[in-house]
Amino acid sequence: MEVPQVNSGIKKYRGKWTKVQATHLLKRTMFGAKKDDVDYFASASLRKTIDELIDTVETEPAPPLNNYNDDKYADPEIKSGDTWVTATKQTGMEIGRRKNSLKAWWTGLMINQNKTIQEKMVLFWHNHFSSETNIVDNATWSYLHNKLLRQYALGNFKELVKAITLDPNMLKYLNGNNNNKKAPDENYGRELQELFTVGKGSGSHYTEADVKAAARVLTGFRIENKILPEAHGIFDATRHDDTDKQFSSFYNNAIIKGRKGKDGEQELDDMLDMIFAQEEVSKFICRKLYRFFVYHNIDEATEKNIIEPLAKTFRKNNYEIKPVLKQLLSSRHFFDVSNYGSIIKSPIDFCVGLCREYNIQFPNNDDYVNQYAFWLNIQQAASQMQQNIGDPPNVAGWQAFYQVPQFDKIWINSDTLPKRNQFTDRMINNGFGRPSNKKIVIDPIAFAQQFSDPSDPDQLINETVQLLYRMGLPDKEKQYLKEGILLSGLQGMMSDHYWTDAWNKLKDKPDDASNKKDVTNKLKKLFQYLMNLPQYQLT
Amino acid sequence: MKRKEFIKNTLLGVALPTFLNGISLKALAGTPLMHALSNYMNDDKVLVLVQLAGGNDGINTVIPFDQLSAYTNARTNIALPENKVLRLNGFDAVALHPSLTELQNLFNNGQLGIVQAVSYPKPNFSHFRATDIWMTGSDSDKIINTGWAGRFLNEVYPQFPNNYPNAAMPDPLAIQVGSVVSSTFQGPSFTMGLAISNPNNFYNLIEGKENVNSNSRWGEQLNYIEEMSLKTDQYADVIKKAALKVTKQSDKYPAQGKNPLADQLKIVARLIAGGLKTKIYMVNTGSFDTHSKQTDDADKTIGTHANLLKRVSEAIGVFMDDLNYLQVGDKVMGMTFSEFGRRIKSNASGGTDHGAAAPLFYFGNKVKGGVIGTNPIIPTNVTVNDNVPMQNDFRSVYASILQNWFALQPNDVQNVLQKDFAMLPIV
Repeated sequence: MEVPQVNSGIKKYRGKWTKVQATHLLKRTMFGAKKDDVDYFASASLRKTIDELIDTVETEPAPPLNNYNDDKYADPEIKSGDTWVTATKQTGMEIGRRKNSLKAWWTGLMINQNKTIQEKMVLFWHNHFSSETNIVDNATWSYLHNKLLRQYALGNFKELVKAITLDPNMLKYLNGNNNNKKAPDENYGRELQELFTVGKGSGSHYTEADVKAAARVLTGFRIENKILPEAHGIFDATRHDDTDKQFSSFYNNAIIKGRKGKDGEQELDDMLDMIFAQEEVSKFICRKLYRFFVYHNIDEATEKNIIEPLAKTFRKNNYEIKPVLKQLLSSRHFFDVSNYGSIIKSPIDFCVGLCREYNIQFPNNDDYVNQYAFWLNIQQAASQMQQNIGDPPNVAGWQAFYQVPQFDKIWINSDTLPKRNQFTDRMINNGFGRPSNKKIVIDPIAFAQQFSDPSDPDQLINETVQLLYRMGLPDKEKQYLKEGILLSGLQGMMSDHYWTDAWNKLKDKPDDASNKKDVTNKLKKLFQYLMNLPQYQLT
Repeated sequence: MKRKEFIKNTLLGVALPTFLNGISLKALAGTPLMHALSNYMNDDKVLVLVQLAGGNDGINTVIPFDQLSAYTNARTNIALPENKVLRLNGFDAVALHPSLTELQNLFNNGQLGIVQAVSYPKPNFSHFRATDIWMTGSDSDKIINTGWAGRFLNEVYPQFPNNYPNAAMPDPLAIQVGSVVSSTFQGPSFTMGLAISNPNNFYNLIEGKENVNSNSRWGEQLNYIEEMSLKTDQYADVIKKAALKVTKQSDKYPAQGKNPLADQLKIVARLIAGGLKTKIYMVNTGSFDTHSKQTDDADKTIGTHANLLKRVSEAIGVFMDDLNYLQVGDKVMGMTFSEFGRRIKSNASGGTDHGAAAPLFYFGNKVKGGVIGTNPIIPTNVTVNDNVPMQNDFRSVYASILQNWFALQPNDVQNVLQKDFAMLPIV
């Protein structure tokens, strides 16, 4: 399949700023585009929108709670409704329940995200610095890791790499904790280069010797876990290899001088300086950002016109993340219509985006048991579609973000596509329920109500398509949806009023059960149909 | 991307849900499973439902020939002339609209019958509500969330869609051509039907048309998802296989696009002849909502309503011809229905407003032809409030088909229709 080049460059986009562009930007930088958010930003300027999405200072969210006591089990230390991140003890029983609490909590943060890019970036970094709660097997460390990603999500990438190196979760996951001078463990030293910084692109030429050398630099870092909630990485000089480390020509034959005692810790900074001196670091990260926010394939033109200038910005700003995001997300290239709808939604984008775009009502904080249970339903739905947050398949993250040439097509297969359809069917029909009779389900009337004139069937369909799809639908198909669904098979312009009458009657006589059922069913069918079309998979 | 390609691309996109919507491709592994009820469902009887959306004017469809002066008086501006209506062998009291030549032939051959004045107590005059009543089979003042055919299919295939398709029922239980799946097929939890939303999609599927457009980033992604959808949909394959078994159909069909109902029925005939075990098909045409100018001013035999009926007659006529050509005529019966009839008195704008009871047609080689019931009485001093009263409950038609065509046991029929209804001698 020949897909033509998209030649628009990195220069600032100065074209129209309407709901169309705002929807594109929000679908990419948040989870789904809510109508209220689209309206809010469309009435501002692109510049103001970008600033608000990227510069807004996020406060740290309240930590996850014990939502998991039940008839058979009660956490011996943490009361139901209190946060467990302060717990000093954990057994297998607590870890399992807390991990689910963590995943539910995180999903809730995405569903209730503020109007910023923060949550998308947390997911980006989670995929980048991949780790698995199932292997780490310590819910507190996994929480601290998530907190760290959140803290640095829009900060300085080099500082983030250093923080990750000292992160207990990562020290455990990639065996840094076992890395000592007697028997260096190369795991983290390898992934630090291969996956986290210089990558494996054509411009990256680190060697096996560099892996070994890096591992030796990293000897001595281990987890200090005496007080569980304050777990952190420390440098233990007795475990450190304090001899000189020779690197390859890729790093200009640099030698990291061995340092003795406490000073050994500074070798990490020396090594990060050496790694970050490679332009490849900036390019590798910019390519990954491009794939996450714009399109999977990077051809020569994109490399030259987009990646290189972005990478330059990254280096010039000493690896600050914000300037790069701002440049990419306000570029002509980003707003090139050719890039609309060019990404297949990740399962999280699909599931969380649905909850947000339909404004599905979850229980309040005081009903945290049901609230967490529903968040977990959404998380598990995405997990069944092969994106289990907290547990990517391996240290490389999800294949869809790196596997040439399939990339995001990997999300769609004969197992996951039916699951996506079943999920949307479920959310429009029965939703998820709880024994307490609480449920989460799409309210089709509330969704329709937000549009400018739901009593006009054409307008209702147009605005729904504009919000849910990126590339619209031909008029002929919209006509078909109108007649086939909203008008029960009645054709011709003269019939529109039957829908109008039914909608208006719903407003005037909300107690008319048969009319309400009729309007509700028609809307359900309409939305279900639209979500079953392949177009709904694109963002 | 060029506009033409854009449309082509997106249209094919719409093809998919056709095969997906409805049961949304629950790709559930099939373990062969026989249900007790399937035993007497092993016969190969098929029902075709033809929906005339909008409320067909029954009085100008089946004309009360025995009351011509009252009829003409009630409908001064739209009454069909005595010498143009079509007469029926052995049934002098009734005549058909001049457009219904094929239906006249079928009637005279004993392959078509008429049920007079079909409705239900306390008729509803809203399109949407009345359609819902016909599809669910509910009483006028009750709300039911399942369709009558959906309940029937659920009775026979109780665990659908779990473990379907399977060896006993490898094919869709019900297929709707030309719309999204109707409420008629709604089962207790799932719809029992799937839809082929428009004929083009069907031909794209069976001809394996590649989507060669997608000269864009999103188009290329969309193509991939569409291909995957087809592969994923277990029913796409059986539909395609069935269709490909039939290489020639009746040459009497009008050209594609000329008569949308005939286009839909052509697909149905092909799938039946191709061996699908699907029990019920549904097609639809419209819009019969003829509030104004339903006839030409000068010539009452032509105009909007005449065209609508012509379409129905031509489509059913060629469909029957094709079924017999394909040698499957004996296993198929069909019926038309519309959500209501129209008022006895025509209105000032040359049309008719929403009414109550109306006749319906049923057809097939094996049906018992004739006319069931009598003409409605046309009052000599007709007023705008006069409606055709019910003679036959529409659920009597359903019950007769379930029991005498599908051989469902009487207590199961009652289960499906939630009440006991009188049988009609239609089959």
